[in-house]
Amino acid sequence: MSSASVRFSARRRRNAIWMGLSAAAAAFGLAWLFLILGVLFWQGFSGLSFAVFTQMTPPPGSSGGLLNAIAGSLFLTVIGVAVGAPLGMLAGTYLAEYGRYSRLALVVRFINDILLSAPSIVIGLFVYEIVVVPMGHFSAIAGCIALAVLVVPVVVRTTEDMLNLVPNTLREAGASLGMPRSLVIRRIGYRAARAGLLTGVLLAVARISGETAPLLFTALNNQFWSTDPTQPISSLPVVIFQFALSPYKEWQQLAWTGALIITLAVLALSILARSLAARGANQ
Amino acid sequence: MAEIVVHGQTTQSSASARAARIRSFALSDAFFHRLTQAAALAVLLILGGVIVSLIDGSLPAFQKFGFGFFVSQVWNPVTNKFGALAPIYGTVITSAIAMLIAVPVGLGVAVFLTEICPPPLRRPIGIAIELLAGIPSIIYGIWGLFVFAPFLQQHVQPGLIALFGNVPVLSSLFAGPPYGIGMLTAGLILAIMVLPFVTSISRDVFDTVPPMLKESAYGIGCTTWEVVRNVVIPFTRIGVVGGVMLGLGRALGETMAVTFVIGNAHRISPSLLAPGTTISASIANEFTEAVGDLYTSSLIALGLILFMITFVVLAIARIMLMRLEIQAGR
Repeated sequence: MSSASVRFSARRRRNAIWMGLSAAAAAFGLAWLFLILGVLFWQGFSGLSFAVFTQMTPPPGSSGGLLNAIAGSLFLTVIGVAVGAPLGMLAGTYLAEYGRYSRLALVVRFINDILLSAPSIVIGLFVYEIVVVPMGHFSAIAGCIALAVLVVPVVVRTTEDMLNLVPNTLREAGASLGMPRSLVIRRIGYRAARAGLLTGVLLAVARISGETAPLLFTALNNQFWSTDPTQPISSLPVVIFQFALSPYKEWQQLAWTGALIITLAVLALSILARSLAARGANQ
Repeated sequence: MAEIVVHGQTTQSSASARAARIRSFALSDAFFHRLTQAAALAVLLILGGVIVSLIDGSLPAFQKFGFGFFVSQVWNPVTNKFGALAPIYGTVITSAIAMLIAVPVGLGVAVFLTEICPPPLRRPIGIAIELLAGIPSIIYGIWGLFVFAPFLQQHVQPGLIALFGNVPVLSSLFAGPPYGIGMLTAGLILAIMVLPFVTSISRDVFDTVPPMLKESAYGIGCTTWEVVRNVVIPFTRIGVVGGVMLGLGRALGETMAVTFVIGNAHRISPSLLAPGTTISASIANEFTEAVGDLYTSSLIALGLILFMITFVVLAIARIMLMRLEIQAGR
């Protein structure tokens, strides 16, 4: 055999080994992730019943549901998004429109990207310092603010990206009709990017609906039904944390069921956001 | 857009109406400009607020312990003595374990997705990985506590202890009873959690390689591995490092996945099987129970250290990813 063909088969062998390893990595990585989801669905569905949605969180050793935790999570998420999303959209608008090439935008963009992946527990400490300490006690308001702070960077990012996708010819057409810039942005930019903006908000909801760490010492927890924003409020992630680490079987089962509910909600939101974004891109 | 059409008027007042309309346009435009600018400044204000409030909250601890806070591993709420060394050590070690596993596997998956995956499977697998990246970390935590830790305790850790029991250095790394929970378990859970991030960023980065470069390499007879090794990786090196740093930032700050399985023990043990703690796990476990200003302040000081570490890591990651974007001409 000539030396060239020896080298060729050596190269092919090396290629086969590395590509095999890469395919094995894919199989290995995906296997773990599906294993986790499999166990979650198995454990979660076995505890899913009507009572989960109609009864309050039980005292240790008795059965109950997650009604107050689900309601608390909805409350925190809705207020958090209602506060954080408009702020994020305005800031994103500045980055994409008025200040696209300004130095301020450059700095804000950089800082925003860091806030986007900053540890959420640190945001919890921040809100503890500025809200809980002055108020003197834990409260639902503090939890909402913590979640709003987490919403802002997500929405800033997507708003900027989506407005950047709007063709400049649309803006120029508006400007040539004599529209001032603010109207061009609101009537043309926002309308053209509507699906994308909504995607950003949905992604933000998905992001905060499973957040636990920032709620631990802001909204705390509550065994009972509460709608008073100045009082601690129960939330699904915190209840899961507390129940999973408890020695009681009923609590542990509720923790699994709660985890399943959160996962399904997050997956549904992400898929909805994705299909909206895909539809927006096709327009 | 009918609202903004200036109605054509032929009366004498039309000129002044027009002037008024233009003035109101200018005013509302200036207002909207300032409003969005204020919102952008609010983002900076949030970061400033985080830093200032953490420094303010941690002052008592730093005043009491000084530099010793960083090098002491004593953590005793009874005698009010606190040191950050054990949580810092735990954070670094668990993140290191996570990255050691997640980076090679993540890069492997990314290569698989961009080079050898059959095209019809490419999108579904990519989407699945991105969806998994969005699953809340508490899910990984509860799985780790109820499924993974008992599995390691019964089937893996005794084997590790027996296997390395007589090997000089490794025996101390894998010493002690198999608790199930501990540094190794936390590191492995983190690895599984960080994997989707590393994979999806590496895949996006690999996709920035101009197809022409790859096709040229294939054209002169390169194998897939040679294309990856000599074209894709050199072209995307900065971006891959940026993506890895981004994953590291996640791992360092991750709270819930770790808190469930770390064991929350404030001591530094050479064994990876021993319980330990990380910065974020300490805060999550102890903050609401902390009595006394010094205890609370020490936990906030831990938070400040964590924020500083992740800030530096994430800043480096962003700078590297920005450089790749400039290189790719976007």
